[in-house]
Amino acid sequence: MPPRFPPERDRDVFRDALAMSIGICIVGVSFGALATSAGLPWWIPVAMSFLTFAATSQFAMLAVVMAGGGVLAGLAAGVLVHLRHIPYGLAVGNLYWDKWWTRFLGTFMLIDQSTAFALAAGDDRRRAKAAYWITTSIMFVAWNVGTVVGVLAGGFIPDPNVFGLDAAFPALLLALVMPALKDRDTFIAALVGAALAAATAPFLPTGIPVLLALLGLLATWPRRKPKEDAA
Amino acid sequence: MTMTAVLALAVGVFLVRLAGPLMRSRVNVSERTETLMKRGAIVVLAALVITGALFADGGFAGWALPAGVLVGGLLAWRRAPILVVVIAAAATTALLRLAGIA
Repeated sequence: MPPRFPPERDRDVFRDALAMSIGICIVGVSFGALATSAGLPWWIPVAMSFLTFAATSQFAMLAVVMAGGGVLAGLAAGVLVHLRHIPYGLAVGNLYWDKWWTRFLGTFMLIDQSTAFALAAGDDRRRAKAAYWITTSIMFVAWNVGTVVGVLAGGFIPDPNVFGLDAAFPALLLALVMPALKDRDTFIAALVGAALAAATAPFLPTGIPVLLALLGLLATWPRRKPKEDAA
Repeated sequence: MTMTAVLALAVGVFLVRLAGPLMRSRVNVSERTETLMKRGAIVVLAALVITGALFADGGFAGWALPAGVLVGGLLAWRRAPILVVVIAAAATTALLRLAGIA
């Protein structure tokens, strides 16, 4: 009998990611439409989505360039909002650090959702790997299909906020980090970090507050075991 | 914006993504470090939840957005399936906006 796809044991991840992809697709449509309505040729947003695969970075760069800030400032903004992927890579990088091509693809496809789904799988490494690849592949297809549709839609820019999609993304991440928050130290670190981010978000450029949140780790820095201290 | 700019962003973003695994492949990751790194990612994701729920375009996003996220959070806490969490959050926010609550 041929193996069923997706395997029974990962079907829930597959289903969740597939549902999520509808939202990402609509955001992709708005990106493609926004870029073409700003006067960019169709291949610019399409190439951007295909080669970058980073919604917030793409929107950040597009916004700066559209506002007349110039390409260099746009690049800086795009990379700045992306820096949160450094702690992501530290946390889940071992899941794809095998062959050269899994390293390449895994790195290229590191996103918020794949990180959150992989971390939600807990200590089950096989499941974390599956969650990582399944979610990120589905998101990649949805994001690019959305962008192309948006480019073709010609001037019709859907507002994802009308559907409440801006609430869907934080709610998804919240549901995925919740199991990890049962750990008391993680909960305290997250609480302190989130408070820091919320307090600084109105004043600092997007991307910096969520990095400042890492200071929350200091609140619960794991102590060395006494044995190690003695050594 | 030119193709060069597009490629520059793609390379920049890729290098940022590469930084994490490169750093961890260079050191012997102890169990303690592993715990700390996972916790770090959770902290960043949690911060992303809060900033995403409260702010949009550099200011307060209005009440509909955090209300939707809160409904989703409560459902997640009661162990509702992720699908239910996300749909309830989006629907709450969308309906509040429809009712005229920003």
